[in-house]
Amino acid sequence: MMKKLLTAAALAAAILPGAASAAGVAKEPKSKEWYWDGPFGHYDRDSLQRGFQVYREVCAACHSMKLIAFRHLGDPAGPFYLEECPVELGLPDSTDCSDPAQNPIVKSLAAEYTITDGPDEAGDMFERPGLPADYLPSPYANVQQAASANGGAYPPDMSLLVKARVNGANYIYSLLTGYPEKDLKTIEVPGGQYYNPYYPGDTLSLMKPEYIDENGEIIEDAVRAAEDPKYVSSDGHIYGGAFKMKSPLTDGIVTYEDGTEETIEQYAKDVVSYLAWAAEPKLDERKGMGTFVMAYLFIFAGITYASYRQIWSSANIEH
Amino acid sequence: MSHQSTYNPQTGVEKWVDERLPIVRLGYDSFVDFPTPKNLNYWYTFGGILAICLMVQIVSGVVLAMHYTAHVDYAFLSVEHIMRDVNYGWLMRYTHANGASMFFIAVYAHIARGFYYGSYKAPREILWILGVVIFLLMMATAFMGYVLPWGQMSFWGATVITSLFSAIPVIGDPIKTLLWGGFSVDNPTLNRFYALHYLLPFLIAGAVILHIWALHVPGNNNPSGVDVKDVKKDTLPFHPYYTVKDGFAIVVFLLLFAAFVFYMPNALGHPDNYIEADPLVTPAHIVPEWYFLPFYAILRAIDFNFLFIDSKLGGVIAMFGSILIWFVVPWLDRSKVRSMRYRPIAKQFFWALMVAFFGLGWLGAQPAEGIYVVFAKILTLYYFAYFLVILPVLSVTEKPLPLPKSIADAVLSDKAKKGKAKSPAPITAGGAQPAPAE
Repeated sequence: MMKKLLTAAALAAAILPGAASAAGVAKEPKSKEWYWDGPFGHYDRDSLQRGFQVYREVCAACHSMKLIAFRHLGDPAGPFYLEECPVELGLPDSTDCSDPAQNPIVKSLAAEYTITDGPDEAGDMFERPGLPADYLPSPYANVQQAASANGGAYPPDMSLLVKARVNGANYIYSLLTGYPEKDLKTIEVPGGQYYNPYYPGDTLSLMKPEYIDENGEIIEDAVRAAEDPKYVSSDGHIYGGAFKMKSPLTDGIVTYEDGTEETIEQYAKDVVSYLAWAAEPKLDERKGMGTFVMAYLFIFAGITYASYRQIWSSANIEH
Repeated sequence: MSHQSTYNPQTGVEKWVDERLPIVRLGYDSFVDFPTPKNLNYWYTFGGILAICLMVQIVSGVVLAMHYTAHVDYAFLSVEHIMRDVNYGWLMRYTHANGASMFFIAVYAHIARGFYYGSYKAPREILWILGVVIFLLMMATAFMGYVLPWGQMSFWGATVITSLFSAIPVIGDPIKTLLWGGFSVDNPTLNRFYALHYLLPFLIAGAVILHIWALHVPGNNNPSGVDVKDVKKDTLPFHPYYTVKDGFAIVVFLLLFAAFVFYMPNALGHPDNYIEADPLVTPAHIVPEWYFLPFYAILRAIDFNFLFIDSKLGGVIAMFGSILIWFVVPWLDRSKVRSMRYRPIAKQFFWALMVAFFGLGWLGAQPAEGIYVVFAKILTLYYFAYFLVILPVLSVTEKPLPLPKSIADAVLSDKAKKGKAKSPAPITAGGAQPAPAE
């Protein structure tokens, strides 16, 4: 029965995709320029390091990153990649710091975590410091525990989030920086939920009764008169929706050691950089190879075209 | 065309092989000395491009198969393992995923070429039918391949499309159960799709060999649509003339391919497929890959019951019918003139068909409601009318333009036309311009 219902739901969604989302529209995300945009774009290492710090100190309280191991942080283009061992550490010559398993930053970072391993010879699980090969520990044991700790909503795993959302980097940045400073006048947000204009939800059900007419339609003029226009869509709806994550960032919540300004915008930018890297860690390698491949193919195309012209010019003489 | 073999084994080894298995002779006669009309334009390069696509897909696919795990608990993770930990795994996966799109770009161009120049007409009907078979196999392969990463769109796309089979009376439900290997899309489904996804490309390769064989019996059609009259005047040996021309087109096509792989590898995919499949969460929009959208629009255009056929079955019939009808096009279009160049009226309907097909593709990505469905119905109606009414009627009523006496004449008159124009026509790489035979 359940399966049949699911199938029916899938078909309904396929055949009437507009029905479910007809009410709400999310605000178009802010369009930011990112380091990694464009054919020669690449990640900014400092920003990745700060972003990892923001993830670790803020996001990691609720969001897992199950696909990321500590060793990934020391891969080329990763936040803690080292081309050579820093001289001041006085490591033996045989240490290859470009190898993530030997990278001293990655090793000490992993060791700060406690990992449950086992079973040992006696059949018991035991705890030990983390190793580069370990994956980032998740804040919850399972999805159910995560959901029950967060008002019934499971905080999604962040490993692929930037690629798993439309316009992911801009969307996450906008969401993080888009929470209103004070409550909106026209909507009533239930306890444990938080409004965000960029969240793809529904605000119609949140409208205060004085902005809804007897037919259940929005009274557009009243909404426009009462509300900050940046939250009102062209058809008089309030953008976005409410969900279970309250604004995670506040100015100064994370202390940067490199003197970068400690604002919500900067935190959001850095953590999005880190999440973009986590979702697509081979971007630098890919774009670097792309430059070479395109140049090769352009030259090859030129040579082939010249050969074509030359060979076909003889076709005239013969016939 | 079939021609006297001109292969002349020079060395003792070649002679020894030739007497036992004349495979070198076959290759020589097929791809070196094969007489090819001298007026083939760039639209005729897509056959070679498609051969490259098939090879790229098979090679990258075999490598991916070495690292992929076909199990609902591991499939998604194994794809991410390929992306993160396998050396050049990202390159293999992005090549394979975008390669599917490139394959379809090329096959649509190839099919449109066939429709425009009447390549389906006698004596090339079997060649054409084999092409339609290859296209159907490609669609099945691509569909099953998209399920393998086991993302949300993989799962729900598979659920929607396999559920369509239940619309077929009597045998529909058993077919669906057979596809699923159970009572929903689950691990057995993933396993059999993987097995078939690995098998079908080799069936495609087999059908391609037959396709090329069937091509080499009557020889290439050409933009003028007239038969080769004088091999010396009308044709050129395949090598070097068409190896170099196809080669150039292939390199230009690879530039497009590489632009996607290296700079926008996810542009043609759907973000939801980076979320692991969850049978309990239905995505807001279930959208197939872009290359299925025109047919998806036809499926959804039938939202009404017709006599004893309900809308679901009607949609399925229309969707499959829209491709199956290609099988009988050689017998629906009875006009003796092959090329649309000399069919002024049919040509306009052909371009309208192209507009309808692109329009259906766009509509396939829109929600199936309101004005979109109205447009989808109109375009679907036109699509079927083109094959069932317009082509058969025009076969009788249309007065074609005078045909050139031969391919050589067609080339000469093209040249004369070009000479009259004040500025010489630009030669566009891989574009729509017919290549001048300089």
